[in-house]
Amino acid sequence: MLEIKNLHASIDGKEILRGVDLVVPTGEVHAIMGPNGSGKSTLSYVLSGRDGYDVTEGEILFDGNDIVEMPAEERASAGVFLAFQYPLEIPGVATMTFLKAALNAQRKARGEAELTTPDFMRRVKVASEKLNVSQEMLRRPLNVGFSGGEKKRNEILQMALLEPKLAILDETDSGLDIDALRVVSEGVNALRSPGRSMLVITHYQRLLDHIVPDKVHVMSAGRIVRTGGPELALELEAKGYADYADEPV
Amino acid sequence: MATMNAEPRILRTQAEDTLALEFAAARTDLPGSPAVAAAREAAFANFQKLGLPHRRTEPWRYTDLRALLRTIPPLAQGRAADAVSFEDPLPGLDRARLVVLDGIFRPELSDLSGIDGVTVRPLVDLLRAGDASVGREIATLNDAVVSLNTALMTGGVAIDVPAGVRIERAIEIAHLTSSTVASHVRNIVTIGADASVRILETHLGPADSAYQANIVTEASVGDRAKVVWAKLQTEGEAAVHLGTMAVSIGTETQFDHLTLMTGAAISRSQSFVTYTGENARAGLFGATMVRGKQHADIALGVDHAVPNGSSRELFKAVMDDRAEGVFQGRIVVRPDAQKTDGRMMTQGLLLSEDASFFVKPELEIFADDVQCAHGATSGEIDEDILFYLLSRGIPRPEAETLLVTAFLAEAIEGLGDEAIGYAFEVVSRNWLAARGQEAA
Repeated sequence: MLEIKNLHASIDGKEILRGVDLVVPTGEVHAIMGPNGSGKSTLSYVLSGRDGYDVTEGEILFDGNDIVEMPAEERASAGVFLAFQYPLEIPGVATMTFLKAALNAQRKARGEAELTTPDFMRRVKVASEKLNVSQEMLRRPLNVGFSGGEKKRNEILQMALLEPKLAILDETDSGLDIDALRVVSEGVNALRSPGRSMLVITHYQRLLDHIVPDKVHVMSAGRIVRTGGPELALELEAKGYADYADEPV
Repeated sequence: MATMNAEPRILRTQAEDTLALEFAAARTDLPGSPAVAAAREAAFANFQKLGLPHRRTEPWRYTDLRALLRTIPPLAQGRAADAVSFEDPLPGLDRARLVVLDGIFRPELSDLSGIDGVTVRPLVDLLRAGDASVGREIATLNDAVVSLNTALMTGGVAIDVPAGVRIERAIEIAHLTSSTVASHVRNIVTIGADASVRILETHLGPADSAYQANIVTEASVGDRAKVVWAKLQTEGEAAVHLGTMAVSIGTETQFDHLTLMTGAAISRSQSFVTYTGENARAGLFGATMVRGKQHADIALGVDHAVPNGSSRELFKAVMDDRAEGVFQGRIVVRPDAQKTDGRMMTQGLLLSEDASFFVKPELEIFADDVQCAHGATSGEIDEDILFYLLSRGIPRPEAETLLVTAFLAEAIEGLGDEAIGYAFEVVSRNWLAARGQEAA
């Protein structure tokens, strides 16, 4: 599904990713943990195609194709989804309008027919009920006045509707209390499937109690420095990132 | 040297010379009573004293008509053009329609159905009768363009909504221009106490004609009346549009006004709102969309002359290519106008590095117990928000359209009239769709 080879990326001339190698097979959930500033969020942006990052070396193979030059909106239609650490507020754009625009844009890009309004409404209803997203929330402008938990639930709702092949969850646990964390995690777990891979980026181990990964990678100074099973997360929780802070630059 | 003390010689521009000649030739033919003729003379003398507004004319600072108006087309003195047809800029919006063509009200081209109880007369009737309502609302304005209008006004409509009359159907004053002329329209709108009315003001003309339209509308709103007023400026792209509205609002009135500007090469829309009764509420909104080399100026003067008034001003402007947007807003709170609540916000969105936005919000507060605020922002489309939309698969042009539509919608929806708001939002979406096509 996702194969990253020797990925180097910089922003404003400063190199952040310094040779990332990572393979996430189809259907697996991998976690990336690491200290602040290790390049985790940069990796999520570079994977989803955000402007402003220069990939100076290496490849990102998605379904076997190098997507480094592909614009963000095309990656999305090809099946890459990023759940934002800080979902943005867009005054004046109703959540429902946004969802419909996104869903139909992706369908159009893939040569599929646009959804009829009743079909769209039905899908939204099913997905939103599972995530405890109210109709009232859907009518509000996107994320405007949403609590932290509502914003994250809205991200997972988008993921459920867009049905990506690869979901990148960037610090999805940040700003969530225990109850909200449970709802969001259950939402994510419900979307695990043999055809879908996930990359769960987190600083803390607690999210991985709920979303149990197949593999855990440790990122430090722009590289993956260690890979292990779920138990690696527990080790990191116990010992902290001190062992990785002095990784050679 | 003698010349040191000489009065500076006033150099008239070619346009000012042309106007002087045109006024001299037309003055005896212009309609009106002897009192109106005298008012025209006085107004033209004032125009000559002031000259066309220029950079040092503070309220016109960013719209230098002296430099911008090189020539003046012939006056539209009741030239009887046959009906002209333009595509309806507000399709699907139900309304009665009063057509003012080339400066003259044309009842035979108008549709006055569904507005029973409202009186509509040609302005010339008021001019011939020397009706005192002509000139009343602009009496304290010292504005060259308004004076020019008073000197040269040929026609327009007088709408009278008597006290207590509530009209659901919108009433449109459709200002049409058929050819390259300079027209001077005066409208008088009198809304009685407890009346309720929705007024639309539209402005259309040929796409390739450098015509000039100078429209002055005087309105008075009686106590407890409710007025929704929406102006759509979609003049031809080579035109000059100079629109003025002067309105006084009485006790406990609700006056909501929206200006959408997207046409003309050079446009200025100025509104002056005076509170004459307490507890009146005004909502003043604007949405400007310009591209190419267009220049669009919205100017606002809000005069809180009495206590307990509130005003909300929200003006949004989108500029693409090399276009220029201007907003000048001035809220005055007079010494007696305690408990005034005034909030003015202006936001500009620049879609191109070559576009510009000039803003000058002013508050002049002479009372001590008031709540007033103003703010202004100007910027480009937020890259973080744009990436959020792109990351969901929404293509860039569509994402930008969504964001710009939302940006403008806040001002358009401020009017609080669903049907008019929807029709105006369609105008803004069409403007954006045309932008997308040009880019493609």
